[in-house]
Amino acid sequence: MYKFGVIVFPGSNCDHDSYHAIKHVMGQDCEFVWHEDTNLGRFDCIIIPGGFSYGDYLRTGAIASLSPIMDSVEKFASRGGPVLGTCNGFQILVEAGLLPGVLIRNSSLQFVCRWVNIRVENNKTAFTGNLKGGDVLRIPVAHGEGSYYCTGEDLKALEENSQVVFRYCDGEGNVTPESNPNGSIGNIAGICSKAGNVLGMMPHPERCSESVLGGAGGKLIFESVISWLGHGKKTKSKA
Amino acid sequence: MKEFKVKVEVRLKPVVLDPQGKSVLSALANLGFEEVRDARVGKLIELRIRDGSAESVRNRVDEMCRKLLSNPVIEDFVVNIEE
Repeated sequence: MYKFGVIVFPGSNCDHDSYHAIKHVMGQDCEFVWHEDTNLGRFDCIIIPGGFSYGDYLRTGAIASLSPIMDSVEKFASRGGPVLGTCNGFQILVEAGLLPGVLIRNSSLQFVCRWVNIRVENNKTAFTGNLKGGDVLRIPVAHGEGSYYCTGEDLKALEENSQVVFRYCDGEGNVTPESNPNGSIGNIAGICSKAGNVLGMMPHPERCSESVLGGAGGKLIFESVISWLGHGKKTKSKA
Repeated sequence: MKEFKVKVEVRLKPVVLDPQGKSVLSALANLGFEEVRDARVGKLIELRIRDGSAESVRNRVDEMCRKLLSNPVIEDFVVNIEE
């Protein structure tokens, strides 16, 4: 059994869903961590959940990225520890500089809350090892600011280093403009750090980890990191 | 020590699409303001700062902009300082 930490900011609202998925569905040990704490030494994996930290003031994730806990998350990640940021968690990771780019207002200007399909582009990350490249996951999104943007230079580096982990696609895995819910460049739904231990994604795996929720594809992401921890890659990977 | 009034204008970089501006543009056209060719929406942040000199204020506010008030990936900022 591994110990997961779910970071809680003022305004987080997917913290309990994440806790439930890890503790009750995956059967792992899980604990909430208040954003003013600084000690993450007891954890094997850190989840930065979705929500509206600090009311999305200034820019989504901007204020939360300066919370005391984020220095510890950075250290945890630089030692090779797996970190997953979903939705607002992804926004916080980019604002903290742990992942490149930024999430901006959806091109439609609408809050998009529905099921989408994403295609696995890289199955060598800490969170995708139990998936195959090209696999299609059906998974929910719920965000107003999920349009991934980065400079041309950053995009080139992301593509060259296989850091694009998920792309929005249709049910058959075709990456099309119609399947892009928010205007993200390159249909990007999730990216990872160079070392592959930090993953940020707009869709919500914790909301589709049980069939009673309408789908259990998200479970594969949690299963992957549990396998990854089991293989002892955490200690081998470098920052 | 003097008190300075500082205005920080934060704008999306020209290369970044601004769907909010597009929406304002089409709403203005609907109201009959068809002469409007483009609209982009930014932010104005007003600060009151106690400091010894305008130069020091400028250095400090530049740092604030880089660290928090703007995101250099998508935004530019302009700082106006008044004593």
